[in-house]
Amino acid sequence: MSAHDLWILSPEISVAGLALVVIIADLIVIKKTTLIWLAVLGLIVPLVFTLILWFDTPDNEVGVFGTVTADRMALFFHFLLIGTTAAVIVAAATYSRKFVGFQGEFLALMLLSVSGMMLLVASQDVITAYIALELSALPAAALAAFLRTDRSLEAGLKFLLLSALSSAVLLYGLVYLYGATGTTDIAGILEGINNMDADGDRAFGSSAIMLGTVMVVAGFGFKMAMAPFQMWVPDVYEGAPTPVVAFLSIASKSAAFAIVLRVLYTALGTDNLAADWSVLIAILAAITMTAGNLLALSQQNIKRMLGYSTVAHAGYLLVGLAAVAGNSDSDGFIAGPQGVLFYLVAYALTNLAVFFAIIAITNKTGNDMISGFAGMARRAPVLSVLLALGLLSLLGIPPTAGFLGKVFVFSAAVDSGLAWLAIIGVLNSVVSAFFYLRVIRTMFLDEPENEERVTADIPVWAATLVASAGLLVFGIAPSSLLEFARNAVTGVVT
Amino acid sequence: MFEGWLSIIVFLPAAAALVIALFLRNDQQIRWFAIGATILNLVLITITYAAFDRGVGGVQMVDRYQDWIPVEGLRAEYLLGIDGLSAPLVLLTGLLTAVATLASWRITLRVREYFIWLLVLSTSVLGVFLALDFLLFFIFWEIELIPMFMLISIWGSGRNRYSAMKFVIFTLGGSAFMLIGILALFLSSGVGTFAMVSIPSEGIVGIPDKVIGTDLLIPAGVIWFFLFAAFAIKMPLWPVHSWLPDAHTDAPTAVSIMLAGVLLKMGGYGLIRVSVGMFQETKNFQVQDVAWLLATLAVISIIYGAVVTLRQTDLKRLVAFSSVSHMGFVVLGVSAIVGVGGKVTDAGINGAALQMVTHGTITGLMFLTVGLVYDRAHTRYIPDLGGLALRWPLITISMVIAGLASLGLPGLSGFVAEMTVFLGAYAVWPWLTAIGAFGVVLAAGYVLWMVQRTFFGPRNERFQDIDDANFVDMIPVVALVISIVAIGVYPKIITEVFKIGISELMRI
Repeated sequence: MSAHDLWILSPEISVAGLALVVIIADLIVIKKTTLIWLAVLGLIVPLVFTLILWFDTPDNEVGVFGTVTADRMALFFHFLLIGTTAAVIVAAATYSRKFVGFQGEFLALMLLSVSGMMLLVASQDVITAYIALELSALPAAALAAFLRTDRSLEAGLKFLLLSALSSAVLLYGLVYLYGATGTTDIAGILEGINNMDADGDRAFGSSAIMLGTVMVVAGFGFKMAMAPFQMWVPDVYEGAPTPVVAFLSIASKSAAFAIVLRVLYTALGTDNLAADWSVLIAILAAITMTAGNLLALSQQNIKRMLGYSTVAHAGYLLVGLAAVAGNSDSDGFIAGPQGVLFYLVAYALTNLAVFFAIIAITNKTGNDMISGFAGMARRAPVLSVLLALGLLSLLGIPPTAGFLGKVFVFSAAVDSGLAWLAIIGVLNSVVSAFFYLRVIRTMFLDEPENEERVTADIPVWAATLVASAGLLVFGIAPSSLLEFARNAVTGVVT
Repeated sequence: MFEGWLSIIVFLPAAAALVIALFLRNDQQIRWFAIGATILNLVLITITYAAFDRGVGGVQMVDRYQDWIPVEGLRAEYLLGIDGLSAPLVLLTGLLTAVATLASWRITLRVREYFIWLLVLSTSVLGVFLALDFLLFFIFWEIELIPMFMLISIWGSGRNRYSAMKFVIFTLGGSAFMLIGILALFLSSGVGTFAMVSIPSEGIVGIPDKVIGTDLLIPAGVIWFFLFAAFAIKMPLWPVHSWLPDAHTDAPTAVSIMLAGVLLKMGGYGLIRVSVGMFQETKNFQVQDVAWLLATLAVISIIYGAVVTLRQTDLKRLVAFSSVSHMGFVVLGVSAIVGVGGKVTDAGINGAALQMVTHGTITGLMFLTVGLVYDRAHTRYIPDLGGLALRWPLITISMVIAGLASLGLPGLSGFVAEMTVFLGAYAVWPWLTAIGAFGVVLAAGYVLWMVQRTFFGPRNERFQDIDDANFVDMIPVVALVISIVAIGVYPKIITEVFKIGISELMRI
């Protein structure tokens, strides 16, 4: 391993190192809030590495025997993942009192999981991606079970088992791709496919490629919360600690979308193949968003509802993924993936705002049911407004980032001849109005159980405010973020 | 006019809302502040209307920021501008917002939030009329949902939650299709712009010029229907009108005024600006091809709305259904676009546009008066009322004026508008217009019958101790009466501006 390799890997290594530092510090430090500060401030190190890599890109972006890259795409997601983690840790500051004596482990597991995700988005080799996926999933399962209540343990076990199952499917799919092309390198797979005799009649060119593609999509589909692999989502969301849910719903999902984007658009990005898997993704998108929204309609628990909402949003994101080769796309640029990246950031900010507001409120009320939010506008006016803003962004009402995210992915879909999918998408948004507005209505209309004020601690309050401000800023002035996303995708699409 | 003028007009109410949200705590202060802000905005709008150069025409006072969304594939601009079509509607919005704020004087429940939402609503409607970038237009169109949802569900009565949700779902359903239509228009090769009109001084070539002879991404007819669906729901046109009576009935007075007065006009404005303005020379499909459909739906709306109105016993529901009938006249006027012998004309559209303004003022006045009655009688059920004229002469006079204007009495604004519509439409659709004209007869029926049952008849002992409208109540009433009479006597103040805008819209 050369210095160059270390340099490429520096963000991931520093996060993993930070996890170890936190574990050691946990043994020494008595006051546990120090650990939170240590973890948050420690995240500045990988952030600085990522910034340096972004502005001073090494000549050769690929390192560690061609398995890890530090291209724009990877760095884009490093920013997203580091930011999300820092925000979740800050917001969990109060919440983590629920697991007294284990705060250190909580932080360390979360950091380890993030280091796995960061490696995942930077993988240039499918085997590395597989290992990174495992590294991100195992700590996440432990985190889901962290409350050690029945429900929490059930959530953790479910996550672990289904995660293992999906990994198996993924591995199986990767084996097919390797068998067909003789390499595990993502760029190499593309080369291998190009060298294969074109067999235009059969879908996906060859059965091995087809099976491989389907299984890879299915394997990562678990992490993306894509239907029909979404069964775990509501149970885990309901049972797991809320900060962990926020973490899973944003970081884990973003990382999964990043690697799927890389595999589909780079390894399987030939025109013929793209036309084939685009149809597959489009159908999955339609099923995913419809299932998510319809199932969310009848939920009474807000975390469960947001679980299904996560599924629905995976569907909207898949719409962007399916939008290959549009009318106005040029060489090396496709509007769909750019939309996906914008959407992921918008979604991250939105979900952070929503979950943080929920953490702040339920910390005091201890009630996860939607009915528990009755009259919250009177008991916690600012938090209610921020939560409402987040829900409106999920629903896709301007001027929020969620609205523009939807516009970008749907416009990419219309552009690439998937107008039917875009129509299903917008109709799904209409359906989602029922359950998002219901929560808002409960907060602003219903009579509160009591008049006791609900106040939040400064950290969670600040985190909510920052996330809400972000979703408004990018909803009104999206150009900088779009430019950023565009930068990130240009290297990946072929 | 300095740059940013229109932006000030659009965002002044929102800024006022922000000030209320952050700084004001006292209810009385908030009321005064909100009223002051809307009246100030009305003054600014009136100055704008007067300053609109009728000799030059075109789009004026452009506010433009090109780099709002500067990526390829979705190049949207921040583009505001006023032209002959939007100017009178902006004036109407300014007037009715001020009226609605004044009419909210008596609101005591959650005063702060109420005025915040009302002001945000005003910003979004002004934005719809002034935005000339299609995506920006859509954003303002969507923003309007949330204030309405809140206003109806919190301050409404009856089945307010159901009605608010119904309103949102109908409108969202329409705008869902509109978004796809907008995107498909933009993404068609050869279009690539969101500009809704051409502005030569800015070097903007708008969609109406770009779509001529272009192969659109999805068939032009489908795009037209997607866009039309949103406007038809908003208008509302039969058979997608059913949200309107519920929303109106359960909304508070001021919100009904805004809803009937300006929100429905968003649909009519979109119909003229987009459905007619952009689709006259598209390839394979022109709006002229479906003019028969517009005329048919319009006549059904007119007659159906009027017949149903006859049967209503709730004052608000009655006015609401009469809106369906009256907005039908707007569409009937628009349907005359096909002209005689294939020659496109704008006679009917001029009438349609004027009908939007007159309906806004007349229905605004009606809802205002119904609100005054309801505040005192605490019922809107017509059989419970009756004999109010002797006790409450001022309220009665105001309703009588509104009613007479509504049924088209010459000298009041309704007459001019409906007359123009009929003259334009009769040349093209003689039979349908003849049937539609029967709507005026029905209007005379339901208006007079309602006035008679509500205000005349024997003295009603129930309301003996309750006073007539006071000075504060009468300010908005007088403002609306003046505008109704003014337009009735001298319609040119509105029509000359509309004429400029519409003649620019017509391509043949």
